[in-house]
Order: sequence, then structure tokens, then C-alpha cells
Amino acid sequence: MELIRSGTKIPFTTYRKQAVILSTLVNLIVLAFLLIKGPSMGVDFAGGTMVQLKFQQKTAISDIRQALESVQLGSSVIQDFGQEGSNEFLVRVEKVGMEIAALSDQIKKALSDKFGAEKFEIRRVEFVGPKIGEDLRWRATISVIASTIMMGVYIWIRFASAFGARFGLHFGIGAVIALVHDVLVTVGALMLANYEFDLTVVAALLTIVGFSVNDTVVICDRIRENLRKIKRDTLENIINTSINETLSRTILTTGTALLVLLALYILGGAVIRPFAFSLLVGFISGVYSTIFIASPVILLWGDRLRR
Amino acid sequence: MRQSVLTRIIIFGIATLAALIYLVPTFVSALPAWWTSILPAEKIHLGLDLQGGSHLVLEVKVDKAIEHHVERLRGDLINKFREKSITGVSVDRVDGAQIVVKVPQVNSEQLRGVIKGEFGNLIEAKTPQTSGSSTEFFLTLSREELRNLRETIVDQSLETIRNRIDQFGVSEPIIQRQGQQNILVQLPGIQDPQRAKDIIGKTALLEFKLVDDGANVEEAAKSGAPPGRQVLYGQVGKAGTGGSVERVPYVLESRTLMTGEYIQDARVRPGQQLQGPSVELILNNQGARLFEQITAANVKRRLAIILDNSVYSAPVIQERIGGGRASITGSFDIKEARDLSIVLRAGALPAPVEIAEERTVGPSLGQDSINQGVLSFIVGGALVVIFMIAYYKGAGLVAVVALLFNVLYMIALLAGFQAVLTLPGIAGVVLTVGMAVDANVLIHERIREEIRAGRAVRSAVDAGYQNALPAILDSNITTFLSGVILFQFGTGPVKGFAVTLCIGIVTTVITAVYLTRIYYDYRIGARRLERISI
Repeated sequence: MELIRSGTKIPFTTYRKQAVILSTLVNLIVLAFLLIKGPSMGVDFAGGTMVQLKFQQKTAISDIRQALESVQLGSSVIQDFGQEGSNEFLVRVEKVGMEIAALSDQIKKALSDKFGAEKFEIRRVEFVGPKIGEDLRWRATISVIASTIMMGVYIWIRFASAFGARFGLHFGIGAVIALVHDVLVTVGALMLANYEFDLTVVAALLTIVGFSVNDTVVICDRIRENLRKIKRDTLENIINTSINETLSRTILTTGTALLVLLALYILGGAVIRPFAFSLLVGFISGVYSTIFIASPVILLWGDRLRR
Repeated sequence: MRQSVLTRIIIFGIATLAALIYLVPTFVSALPAWWTSILPAEKIHLGLDLQGGSHLVLEVKVDKAIEHHVERLRGDLINKFREKSITGVSVDRVDGAQIVVKVPQVNSEQLRGVIKGEFGNLIEAKTPQTSGSSTEFFLTLSREELRNLRETIVDQSLETIRNRIDQFGVSEPIIQRQGQQNILVQLPGIQDPQRAKDIIGKTALLEFKLVDDGANVEEAAKSGAPPGRQVLYGQVGKAGTGGSVERVPYVLESRTLMTGEYIQDARVRPGQQLQGPSVELILNNQGARLFEQITAANVKRRLAIILDNSVYSAPVIQERIGGGRASITGSFDIKEARDLSIVLRAGALPAPVEIAEERTVGPSLGQDSINQGVLSFIVGGALVVIFMIAYYKGAGLVAVVALLFNVLYMIALLAGFQAVLTLPGIAGVVLTVGMAVDANVLIHERIREEIRAGRAVRSAVDAGYQNALPAILDSNITTFLSGVILFQFGTGPVKGFAVTLCIGIVTTVITAVYLTRIYYDYRIGARRLERISI
């Protein structure tokens, strides 16, 4: 079976202007939203308490809220969680106070009084103090930035031997721009889909950075090879040839990863869903950015790449 | 020269056998004795998010303990000055851990001598200020002293918490320092997290102080205690029984006669008739002597027993008490009495601790997560297998077999390294299945290209593997780097993901590149391979 016929020649680079404009626009919108509204932070980063409840019977959110009012927690965020009919809820309390660590106990008591202790179960409690939340936020940001830069440096060093330090740097910059694009697109999708940012989402972002750079490496590698093999052609054509030659690999690899991610997203449960969602978006964006963003960046430096 | 096919088969055979041996304990529940004595018997460790349990990060309030320490130093200073008959001195603690000594100027040199000579751990924070006829000295703990003190406090807290958890009875708890002043506690499979938190978090500072029977309790409670006295509260009526709980004030002499540091053992005594259960304290020799002195000197007075600034009881001392036994009664039930005896036996925390982070997962959610993780692994894996065989036919099958070995090695390495498998970790295994075939895709696409270019099968396979290798290594190294950063940044479950991601990359390169190559070399070597199913 062949997905992409050999000899396929799609002139990808001719669409680079449209792609760059579109991507810049999308990224700017995401950035604007990040700055104005900010992402909705999970307990990991915002601090506070989150309690996951499972009731034996169908229970209305308003009843839970009513029960929580007796301990002044009526204003908590209460939402459905998990599959429909599983009667699971998340209660999120952002109240900051002295007794914050005992909150889950208070919630348990209030609900026992109303529903009976055996009618529900506290399945998960997460409490993160403000200091740790801030610390995690900081470390998450740093690690995403650090790994992005690290990928750029890796590519720079990797290709410096073939093209010289300066052109290796151009490859590195191309990769970093593509990665920033992928991370921003994923962040935007998470905000659109109303997922909260937590540690696993950041783990997904880091994985996207590590995975999405693969395509860039493979295509750059092919460009390097073709630059040696094909002497008489423009850089643009060589880039196009390289993208086309590696296209089926790019699609297949991402395709199999997407298959397992879809399984995780649908079957993996509500805890892992934001993680799977991020990777789905990030990997798709990774293919796009390699083809339409990283390659044009290399093209920017023109035919000087040829020695 | 290439290693012969046979050598490589033997190497992989041994590796596979080892992997299977490491996996047996996880999947076989009752291992024979001969097995556990010579072969690995450790199951794969499940993270708290899968087996249920509590993950706690406790912050040791070191500054509070340092304030107490400085407060004690202040008392020592006052005593020393009195002893050396330096008069007109006032000693105050300011800004937490600083001491200001105000002294008439004529005495200042003498005072400085005393401080230099007797309090080597105090240094002058800034130059003394003289105004009018008096001089002010600003004293503080030296930097080194402060650092040692901090270290000691956190270490002692950790030891105390470890003792308490040991007595509480949790299997395989993890208790370790985290950063400057945090302590990480992991309690797998714990049923009552709130009780554990209460036991761990209690400062359990036990103090004996005399009750000032002459004082006007009501007035002191309203407008503050007179100098040298303090007001503390006790409870009457049992909490949690629905009855009313009343707070009763006591006026106490501020001086602490004795603390819980002399406790050798603490036992629960069941209640009798009207009285609830009590906790009997058994003091060590030094404590017994001290207690005897105290009781002898204060017969007919009331001795308050105070835990964490709350008065439990204040019995009248009837006679001198020898033998080093004392008992605490109060309004608690048998369970609370047991918990109290645990914290008293394990000793007081040198500083209050606060819960900075808690993640508790109930066992039912953990089991759900395992089931969902395994299901998505099976479904995701099946999709990849179907796809690979449909797309690459024979070569796809080879890749799928390599993938099976990949998963086998990966899980065996997890067991062998005693790494912790978490829910994101399972996701990492699933993801590895999806990403591992990338190496085979790279190789197959290359081989197809070489065949299209007209090469013979043997050289096409050779060139395919050779040309694909740099790209395979590159892509795996970059993901590995991300995994390492993730490991540095992440906590608990996320670390588990980083570990499986990194292990998965190593096993992927080994199986997808080297294991599949054995097959092709064997086929090509056995007979001249004219066609290849790819």
C-alpha cells in the first residue's frame, strides 16, 4: 500500500506566504488571549483544593451546592466529570485560609449530613498550597522554554557540521519557530476546549516539543542530502523535493501516534483526557509547522546554503 | 564485519529471558520460595494515582522554631546578666529572630564581654547605638549557626514524622526531604487520609505548667494575663458527639516546668465508668527525677498538662509522685487516645508543620485508571498493528513483532529499575507504541526508495538501514532530551511519564533497528532474497 505516490510533487513552498500569514495570525490571537484572559489554571498551578466525588445515584449539582452551603463552600465550582451517567463531579474550592488543608474533610462531613456517608465516595483530593502552585507554574514555564531552546541548539549543533555554524543556526532557528508555533496552537486549542492547565498538560507540551522536532530533523536531513545530490536546482525546488520525499513518512509516523492517542483520548478516562487532547493537537500542528513554517524559514537564507 | 546472525539471536534470546524473569513477579501472585531466593521478586511499583494513597508535602515552619530558639536565648541572656549582676538591662526580641539589649552606658563594656565570652553563637547585627546614657546592642544568630539550626530542625522533624508513620502502620511509606524546608510523605493504600494528616501534622508539644489559683480567671481571659502569666484554654465536653463543647480558660504561670522530651513510652488506658480513656506516660530516669522534684515542691497546687497550647487537664498534686508515671485525661475517645499516644511516643516536632500539597487518590479510582489505561493500550496497540500490517505487509509484520518485544523489554526495565508506574506512565507506554513504529517507517520508506531506484534487495535493505539510522537517532534523542527535562520538572505522576518515555525510547531503538535487522540478515543470508514484502 502506498499513501503518497512516489514522485509526488506538491509545491509546498509556494504556499508559504499564506501559511506564514495564517500561522502568525493564529499565534497572535492565542498570545493575545493568553495575555488578556490567561489560561484557566488547574489546582496544580493556581493552588486551592479539588475534590472528585462519585455518587451512587443520579445527583444534581444544585443539591451538592446546597449541601456545601452549610460549610460556606456554596460558591465552589462544581462540574460534571467523567462519562455521562457515572455521577462523578469535581468540586473546586479556591478559598484561601488557615484551615485549607482540612477542606476535604469539611466537604465530606457536609455531604454525609445531606446524602448519607455511604451514598458517595471521595475518589480524589488534590490540594496545592499557593507557594507550591507558584513554584510549579514557574518550573513549568521554564521547562517548556528550556526544552524548546534545547531542541534549537541540538539542531544547530547537528547541522553545523554540514553547513557551517551559521547555517546550522538557521536550521535551529527554523525549528524553534516551528516549535513555538506548535506549543501556541496547542495552548490555544486547550483554551478553546475549556481544558484547565495542569502538570499533565505541561508534560504533553514538553512531549510535543520533543516529538514535533523529529519531522523537522528528518526533513532537514533530507534537504542536506539532496543539496549534495542535486547540484543544479534552486534551493526552493530542493526543499520541495525533500518535503515530498519524506511526506509519507511524516504522515505515517504522526498517523500511528494519532491512532494510539485517539484510543487514549476516548478510552483513557477523564484524568488523562486533557493530556491526550494536547498531544493530538500538538502532533497535527507539528506536521503542518514543519512543512509550512520550518522549511520557509530555511528558504529565507536563500541559496547561500549551497557551498 | 557484521556480527553473525546467530550471535545476535543469542544476545536477544538472553535479554528476552531476563525480561521475562523480571516480569514474572508482577504477573504471578504466589512465587515459589526457590524463586524469591535467587531471582528478582519485586513487582512493578504502582504510583499512588494507580494503587491509591496519599502524597503529602509538608512545609516545616522553621522560622517559628527559630523564634522559639531565640526566645530561649533571650531568657538565658537575662539570667546570665542577673548572675553577673549587670543591672538596668532590658532584653527584647524584635523582628522574629533579633535581640535588642538596652543597657546603661557605664555597663556596656562589661555586658559586651559577657556576650562575647558566654554567647559565642550570637553576633552583633550592626554597631551599637548610644543615645543619652544608654547603649543598645543588636544581636542575632550567626549565619552559620542559623544554617545549622535550620538543617537540624528539618532533619529532626523528618525523624519525628518517620517515627509517627512507623507507629501508625503504613506499608512502604516514603518520607524524604524535599528542597530547603519541605518534607515529602507518600502513604500508599491509606484508608483514612485525614487521620494520617492529623497524626503527622500535630506538633505534639507537651508542657507541664502550674495553674495560678490566685488569679482572677475571668478578668485575665477578658483583658489579658498579668506579667509572668498566660491564659490558655481547655475543652469540656466531647467533640463530635453532638454535645456542646465549651472552652474553659486557665491562668497559668508562663514558666514551663517540664516538656514531653522525657517521655519514654505512652500507653492508652481504657476508660472506667464515668471517666473516658486516658494516656499513661512513662518517663525516662531523668524525667522521673525531674517530675518527682516538681511534684514535691508543689503539693496541693494544680499542674496543668498542656498539649499544643491546649490544656488537657489540670489535676491537683496530692503528693510527691515518684516512679516517673503521669497520665493525661481529657475529653477524647479511644481512637483519639491511641493517636495521642502515637504522637507522644514519637516525640514533639521541633517546629510546626503545614501541609503545602496533598494528593490523595482512593483505591477505586486507581483501579478504574488501571483498567482504562490497559484498555487504551490494547485498542491503541491493535490499531497500530492492523495499520502496519496492512500498509507494509510482511515488513509490517516484522515491525509488529519488534513492537511486541519493545513493550516486553520496556515493562521489564520498569520492573528491573524499580521505577514507579503511574497513569501518565501508562499513557507513556501507549504513546511509545504509537511512536516506536516511526523507526520502522523510516527504514521501510528508505528501503522502498532504494528498491524503486533499482537496487537489489540485499543492498536496498543495507542502504535502507544505514541511511535511516541518523534520522532515527536524531528523532529519538530529541524526544529523550524532552523526557529528561520533564523528569527534572515533574512531580509524582508526571515523573512516571518521563521515565516510561525515556525507557521506551531506548527499547525502541534497540528493537526497531537491531532486532528487525536480525530477521532481514537471516533471510538474506539463508537464500538469495529476490523479493521483499514491503
